[in-house]
Amino acid sequence: MKDYRKDFPILDQDETIYFDNAATAQKPACVMEALTDYYSRSNANPLRGLYDWSLRATEVLETARQKAADLIGAAAKEEIIFTRNTTEALNLAAYSYALNHLKAGDEIAVCISEHHSNFLPWQMAAEKTGAVLRFLEPGPDGRLTAEEIRAKITPNCRLAAVAQVSNVLGRVQPVREIADRVHEVGAVLVVDGAQSVPHMAVDVQAMDADFFAFSGHKMMGPMGIGVLYGKQALLEKMPPFLRGGEMIEYVTKDSASWAELPHKFEAGTVNAADAAGLSAAIDYLAAVGYEEIRQRELALTRRLMGHLKEMPYVTVYGSEDPAEHCGIVTFNIEGCHPHDVASILNEDGIAIRAGHHCAQPLMQYLQINAACRASLYFYNTEAEVDRFAQSLKKVRGALGYGS
Amino acid sequence: MDLKALYRNIVNEHNLHPTHKDLPEGASLILRGVNPSCGDDIELALKLEDGKITGGGFTGSGCAISQASVDMMLDLVIGQTEEEARRLMDMFARMIRGEASDEDLEALDEAAALADIAHMPARVKCATLGWRTLGKMLDPEINS
Repeated sequence: MKDYRKDFPILDQDETIYFDNAATAQKPACVMEALTDYYSRSNANPLRGLYDWSLRATEVLETARQKAADLIGAAAKEEIIFTRNTTEALNLAAYSYALNHLKAGDEIAVCISEHHSNFLPWQMAAEKTGAVLRFLEPGPDGRLTAEEIRAKITPNCRLAAVAQVSNVLGRVQPVREIADRVHEVGAVLVVDGAQSVPHMAVDVQAMDADFFAFSGHKMMGPMGIGVLYGKQALLEKMPPFLRGGEMIEYVTKDSASWAELPHKFEAGTVNAADAAGLSAAIDYLAAVGYEEIRQRELALTRRLMGHLKEMPYVTVYGSEDPAEHCGIVTFNIEGCHPHDVASILNEDGIAIRAGHHCAQPLMQYLQINAACRASLYFYNTEAEVDRFAQSLKKVRGALGYGS
Repeated sequence: MDLKALYRNIVNEHNLHPTHKDLPEGASLILRGVNPSCGDDIELALKLEDGKITGGGFTGSGCAISQASVDMMLDLVIGQTEEEARRLMDMFARMIRGEASDEDLEALDEAAALADIAHMPARVKCATLGWRTLGKMLDPEINS
């Protein structure tokens, strides 16, 4: 089996077991080299220069845009808007699309398991427009059923927002089925792809998403770049989200007209360096291959969930099938608060996430205050999973329980 | 003290068998304290008579450190004047900043076991939740 760990300098420095990949993925050396290379050879303000360095910076940016478009199957690179991250991308859709297209009495359908990033922008849009929020509730296995989709996406629905993969339950949602229902009632579908793009091939045209957002940093890219995909016809009609430099066509004292897509939505100096890093991450992801990633993650998830099953005091949330977790395993240990669990595991050099995972409505729905989450990526190993399980078995003891 | 020893020696006892986890009859003040980012959520009750804390208790849920810290805090402040309680509060705050004197640590008694939290930034808000809530309850400006 190929050893990918040597590609990641951070994994080389010590024995830390990094199981917080759903929060952010580690960066291969090629991504860091792309950043250094950009700053060493091409750094200039893109898009406005009449000299070689600026033209190179522009080319770096536009190459990344084309690669991002190809990665998710967009029809044209003009449909790719660079943002800071998924959160900013979803806010762009909320401020620029939702505030201008929703009115009192309309409905916005969101899944109860949404990350706050794909919930609070819609809560804001509902407050400002008088639209009503409706909540899609997944079954205990984390999946939205056809009945639930039909029931909650009503003829009054004008916008629906769902994550392709939940950051807590790891379940892949039937996005195409949701899109069909959403379009049947004349609404638009916003898909949060933050947790899907790092793990699976995405085709926004096949899933028929109207908007699709993802972050570079969760797919091994730099921290400061994300993408909003939007269907061109929708983007054309939307007003700018932020106003400023490099997004105009013509400005007078009391009016302005806007630049062509995608620049209309990219006010201010764009992040060309992180675009270079994103390009490198996309290339690296392609070199590993989604099938390889899937197989490795599945083997690791199966092993991890097998260990957890042997611990009667552990509750795992979501599906019982490791294939339906996307490497995300959220759990609780009876009697132990997740923060104590995470602190104790940290003593053993194990990094997991504990808390509400920016999904408080889901925590309320599951009737828990918080949970522990171990999230795997293809560069994790079976030995790490075994060490994690050994440490986890000692947590109850450390917290004063008999076993 | 490493984290596991901290749990073993002090925190677990107060978390699993708290002395004060109950709201007292006839409380003068009840205030909710929350750590929004991690979900620690307590209600602290105090019985105040003539400037003295004559009783107290708490309810709620949270991690072992947050729960144990409130319980130890109540051990310390029940029976003290409000002024003395505020002094203890300042000592605890100094300890968490890593600036406590030997006298401070002695006065804080068992709660001084949480001194090492100063090196665990992620757990500071857990350890201080009870004390911050107490601070608001004893602040004359907020009270009146």
